[in-house]
Amino acid sequence: MLGPDKAKELAQSALTSSKADQTEIILRSVDSSLTRFANNAIHQNVAESDSTVRVRVALGKRVGVAELNDLSADGIRRAVETARAIAQLQPVNPDFKGLPPPQPIQPVESFVARTADFSPEARAKVVAAICRQAASNRLSAAGAFKTESYELAVANSLGTFAYHPGTLADLHAVMSADSGTGFASAASPDVRDLNGDAVGGEAMDKALRARNPLALQPGEYAVLLEPAAVADVLRFLGFYSFNALAVQEDRSFMKDHFGEKVMHESVSITDDGHSAETFSVPFDYEGVPKQRVTLIENGIARGVTFDSYTAGKAGGDAQSTGHSLPAPNTRGPIPMHLFLSPGSSSRDEIIRSITLGVLVTRFWYTRVVHPRQVMMTGMTRDGTFLIEQGEITQPIKSMRFTTSYLEVLKNAVQIGRETKLFHEEWVGQSQRVPALLTEDFNFTGVTQ
Amino acid sequence: MKDLAARALNMAQTRGASYADVRVVTRAFQNIEVKNARIETVEQNESQGFGVRVIAEGAWGFASSSRSDLSDVDRVVSQALAIARASALTKRREVRLGPPEAHKGSYVSQYRLDPFMAPMSDKINLLLKADEAMRRLATPDVQLITTGELSFVREYKTFASTEGALIDQEIVQSGCEIGALATNDAGEVQTRTYPWGRHQQTRGFEFVLEQDLVGNAPRVAEEAIRLLTADVCPNSDSTTVILGGSQVGLQIHESCGHPVELDRVMGTEASFTGTSFLTPEKLNNFYYGSELINLTADATIPGGLGSFGYDDEGVPAQRVDIVKNGKFVGYLTSRETAQELGLERSNGTMRAAGWNRIPLIRMTNVSLLPGTWKLDDLIADTDDGIFFDTNRSWSIDDRRLNFQFGTEVGWEIKGGKITRLLKNPIYTGITPNFWRSCDAVCNEEHWVVWGIPNCGKGQPPQVMATGHGAAPARFRNVKVFSKT
Repeated sequence: MLGPDKAKELAQSALTSSKADQTEIILRSVDSSLTRFANNAIHQNVAESDSTVRVRVALGKRVGVAELNDLSADGIRRAVETARAIAQLQPVNPDFKGLPPPQPIQPVESFVARTADFSPEARAKVVAAICRQAASNRLSAAGAFKTESYELAVANSLGTFAYHPGTLADLHAVMSADSGTGFASAASPDVRDLNGDAVGGEAMDKALRARNPLALQPGEYAVLLEPAAVADVLRFLGFYSFNALAVQEDRSFMKDHFGEKVMHESVSITDDGHSAETFSVPFDYEGVPKQRVTLIENGIARGVTFDSYTAGKAGGDAQSTGHSLPAPNTRGPIPMHLFLSPGSSSRDEIIRSITLGVLVTRFWYTRVVHPRQVMMTGMTRDGTFLIEQGEITQPIKSMRFTTSYLEVLKNAVQIGRETKLFHEEWVGQSQRVPALLTEDFNFTGVTQ
Repeated sequence: MKDLAARALNMAQTRGASYADVRVVTRAFQNIEVKNARIETVEQNESQGFGVRVIAEGAWGFASSSRSDLSDVDRVVSQALAIARASALTKRREVRLGPPEAHKGSYVSQYRLDPFMAPMSDKINLLLKADEAMRRLATPDVQLITTGELSFVREYKTFASTEGALIDQEIVQSGCEIGALATNDAGEVQTRTYPWGRHQQTRGFEFVLEQDLVGNAPRVAEEAIRLLTADVCPNSDSTTVILGGSQVGLQIHESCGHPVELDRVMGTEASFTGTSFLTPEKLNNFYYGSELINLTADATIPGGLGSFGYDDEGVPAQRVDIVKNGKFVGYLTSRETAQELGLERSNGTMRAAGWNRIPLIRMTNVSLLPGTWKLDDLIADTDDGIFFDTNRSWSIDDRRLNFQFGTEVGWEIKGGKITRLLKNPIYTGITPNFWRSCDAVCNEEHWVVWGIPNCGKGQPPQVMATGHGAAPARFRNVKVFSKT
């Protein structure tokens, strides 16, 4: 851990060494450990310590970025000089509006020492218990258990300094029977919130139920999406629809529809980096405080997330909502702390309401077929079941779907009341979501 | 570096490791992106560090640090050993690596123009010229978002092991891409890219110049615009399909390259990227494709994105058969999985995405060997079908059987001629059925080692560069459709 004082000292030394008109420093430090298991044993078990300095300099409207993972005085100086050299080679970028000025930041508490200090032995004991659960039922367990602590500091030459430490614990398991698999997961900043026995038990129950699956005829069905699948829906809407760049580039269905009903009235979606119910971070990679942004309210399109670039491009009274990613960012101000508001139905109540439908545990390999409609294809995985007359009656083979995630939420007639937190590994987005029942979900194939 | 490596190995052994290896890696990355005639990104990153992999009490441990100084070696080695001993709590059998791999050597990937020395102004101007050539095609009715990207990687790595291996490698990669995204007031969105997303090889800046981004730019923009008003790809449960070379490359990657990774087969990716339908009893006993299908994994192809001198277990690069005359004959292996399957040695496919990641079995250059057809003759020989070119969306199940791929563009073929442009084409199938339906592969004139710079696998996630030699090929009885 660097700590706030050391982070400030390093940032200040970088700012002092820069001769650019404006300079931004992002310091990131991570200590991450992950225990991976398969075939009822740990087979990969790793740890890393890394610290990076990322420098953005502006010479007028010419901008350069460089990153090094060397926080020595020489390393920081080299990063500043490289960024400056790059900026000098660039033509003027008229869209660059300057770095954001300092703003007050309300700190949030998301660092849990017991997560940061969680040992390899402690992770192994949790994993061993899951493996024993599997073995005692003639199942094979696989999964991963990650614990991580991190620091993020952002400073700029206008006076901004923001610092935040956090932790993350994430456990998931897939249990395999000879002809079926089951998935379960848990995630929290506090490792004590993760119940390994519960995760193992849920995956085991699914795997045992999933044996000897039938092939269901593709077509349109009512589908109960469990939270892991719903998290995927929000993830892609965040990338493709809910950010200002997607709107400005005509790629989002939200464009020209603000104030209009675009989803079922049961659907309300927000992004809230301050919430204690997520992996909270109080500011973005420009040091701008994160705002709670209402994206969808009772089915009505209300807003999207901005960084300073897209806010400047929008003009008028548009302001950054605190959703900048590290510059240079070509993906746009992606919402990173998404919430789908819970409804009032329990999982069992939703199942009892289904005459003929499918229960989906999670999706796999989802890809965009057509961006504006968020038309997606992907597979179901690790627990797909037929629901008949209000009961789960049969396991079914994994199904391929080709359907619009926008339509999924237009047809979301029931929302579950229990929510679950997920952390996406590739970009670090989190989603807290309940299960939901959607109608007319289009399955286009089935695997063997 | 060698001091660091020697100290780490010595410490690991004296503290009880039965095996240890260390990789010291410095990786530089330069990325330049242009969008709508403006420079969007000029970025240079460098990441350096070391990772120590040990076997203690018969189990694996790994720890890594960016602080590549001797003072941090003690801490990292101790951490790796503690992790290995924790792994041993669930051990079902001892890790076995088979015969030692004590190679000493060095390898430098071949390049003519050092991409990091090429003037930045040349790179920027190249992208701006291509961008301008695309933007010239914009009309009042069509909004065009034009993009271009150059990416360069240089990786130095030293590998050493307690078995006596000591290997230095320098691998340079160069990649490029241009694209046009066209939208209209009707809400249609269409994309064309060239060469196919980002094409990349282990070569220098000369690779980028050879792609002729500026010369191809007008066609890219024109086709994106034409697609807005093109006919939708018709639905058919059974038609003839010709895949362009890059799409064959992706088809190989997803439906052959991944299922022959022996770690997947043995279940060690079961919770994430999945397993494989190519289970061990099928080895030498299963017809994966038609007799025209010959697939190799060849890490020795000059310039291939999956080429190297030694893998990250210190095993020399090799060329191995995967499918021969349609029959499945080989896996991609590591030292450990080769032993588990009863093979003598690894075929050298273990690679790590950086100093802070362990090596995993990764595709090298998994390629479909060329056939005999010229593309023009193949089209002329096709009475009724669709030519699919340049991947747009891709998805396959966790055992690599049920796949669905969409391409940027389709071309209808009637009576041996291309007759019209088709938008939103998608084809779908089951892997072995699809490859068994292949009745023609184009010849070496059309054969390109396509680069995929972004293959994801493992936890923590690792992004790896793989290569796929491929030429256009024809498949019968394929289900096609479109989604708008």
